[in-house]
Amino acid sequence: MTRLAASGRYAPLLLVAAGWELAVLSGAISPNLLPRFSEVMATLWDLLRSFELPREIGVSLLRQMIGFTLAVVIGVAVGVTMARLRLVDRALRPLVTLGYPVPVVALFPVLVLMVGLDHRLQIIVILLGSILPTIVSSFNAARGVDHYLVWSARNLGTGSRRMLWKIVIPAALPEILSGIRTTLSLSFVLLVAAEQLGADRGIGAFALRAGQNGFYTGMFAAILTIGLMGFAADRLYLALMRILLRWQEQE
Amino acid sequence: MGAIDAVGVSKRYRLDRKREVTALEGVDLEVGQNEFVALVGPSGCGKSTFLYMVGGFLEVSEGRILVNGAPVRGPGPDRGIVFQHFALFPWLTVRRNVLYGLEERGVPLEERQRVARDLITLVGLAGFEDVYPKQLSGGMKQRVAIARTLALDPEILLMDEPFGALDAQTREMMQDELLRIWGLRRKTVLFITHDVREAVYLADRVAVMTARPGKIKALVDTRHDRSQNAAALMASPEFARSVNEIWEIVREEALAAQRLEARSGDLGSPSRP
Repeated sequence: MTRLAASGRYAPLLLVAAGWELAVLSGAISPNLLPRFSEVMATLWDLLRSFELPREIGVSLLRQMIGFTLAVVIGVAVGVTMARLRLVDRALRPLVTLGYPVPVVALFPVLVLMVGLDHRLQIIVILLGSILPTIVSSFNAARGVDHYLVWSARNLGTGSRRMLWKIVIPAALPEILSGIRTTLSLSFVLLVAAEQLGADRGIGAFALRAGQNGFYTGMFAAILTIGLMGFAADRLYLALMRILLRWQEQE
Repeated sequence: MGAIDAVGVSKRYRLDRKREVTALEGVDLEVGQNEFVALVGPSGCGKSTFLYMVGGFLEVSEGRILVNGAPVRGPGPDRGIVFQHFALFPWLTVRRNVLYGLEERGVPLEERQRVARDLITLVGLAGFEDVYPKQLSGGMKQRVAIARTLALDPEILLMDEPFGALDAQTREMMQDELLRIWGLRRKTVLFITHDVREAVYLADRVAVMTARPGKIKALVDTRHDRSQNAAALMASPEFARSVNEIWEIVREEALAAQRLEARSGDLGSPSRP
């Protein structure tokens, strides 16, 4: 029963695929605009088997992981420290507030001039785009820590330096981790944007090139792949979250 | 010299640049060594604020608080605190919660294991050492919190409505638990509650506070014959007399608090920092 329910969760996707196939077959949508779903899947299979796509996926994932990991490590550290130390808060708050609404893509020309069109560019775009949301959500998470926990720890002998590691970070962890989850999805958006703006490798660049060359089944195969990559990353992350938060009370 | 000596203690909170709220005004209270004093009063009268100042978490605006003759400068291991909502560390198991203070104070491994084992048995949680707080009922959580606080063997126990979040049955059970533990590990206790029966049942003396700004309005001796069982004690006329006496004062002050609230509804009660 539960297995049926689990597979039923993805039924809407099957419906969309079937609808897509039928819409093109029946002529409601011209095959010049949209290749059939089954053709896209066949191309996807070919591209996977020939290792053409896996190579691009590898390049993209490497960029995404480096940029995202850097953003998480630096972002959480900065956000939590801002929440605890007024001086750091004062120094960085204007930067964060001003930087938050600026889309990284707007900085793209400057970044190209600074680092050129190699891996570093995509990594920096992902890092810059992911770090501010991480800082803000970690800051809020650390600020929201129940002060009775901090008082209890102080009463039991924890000094203000150790408080961060012993109490603030573990207590804020659930919220920090769900903030990071949002950033994880965002990092894939940033990855593809960065690859389409200027890269010759990677899944985003592949999709763009396929589209420009009229290889539409290839373009759609790449787009599907991007979706699947984001989905798989999110599932993995959820599993990790469950392990890290096994102590957490369920609402 | 008492275990706790509060002399002319006041506490003011700044609401904004111009407005200030006086939570406590000239509180005098002496708690003797190993005495159990309950502090009751209408909600918002500042009784918890007073407790937090004794604990060293909040600063006194005026007056002074001495613990064993020395002025309070921040929290210390001589005063253990138990909060209404337990404040357990949810990411640590029962055992690790109880061990926490011992680890932070650098108590040697063997001793800490022994102390934790004894305390977990004392509060009746043997067999639950390795579960997380989320798997415990409210009463069990508060037992863990009490064990965690007792681990550092504080001379003074500060309890901030510790049974306020529990259902009536569990509360009664925990009251007897507390008396049992207090009988085994004699300590000075300052106990905040808004439940007059609870105060009379547990305490040697009950201090009644006025509405905001809070001060001590009356001190009632409630030392009862503890040799009789709980039911007999609660049914006794002297128990009823103490409860009524204190009730009258609290009711008066609760009405005063309501009027105060109605007049300055926009101020509300000062939020705890």
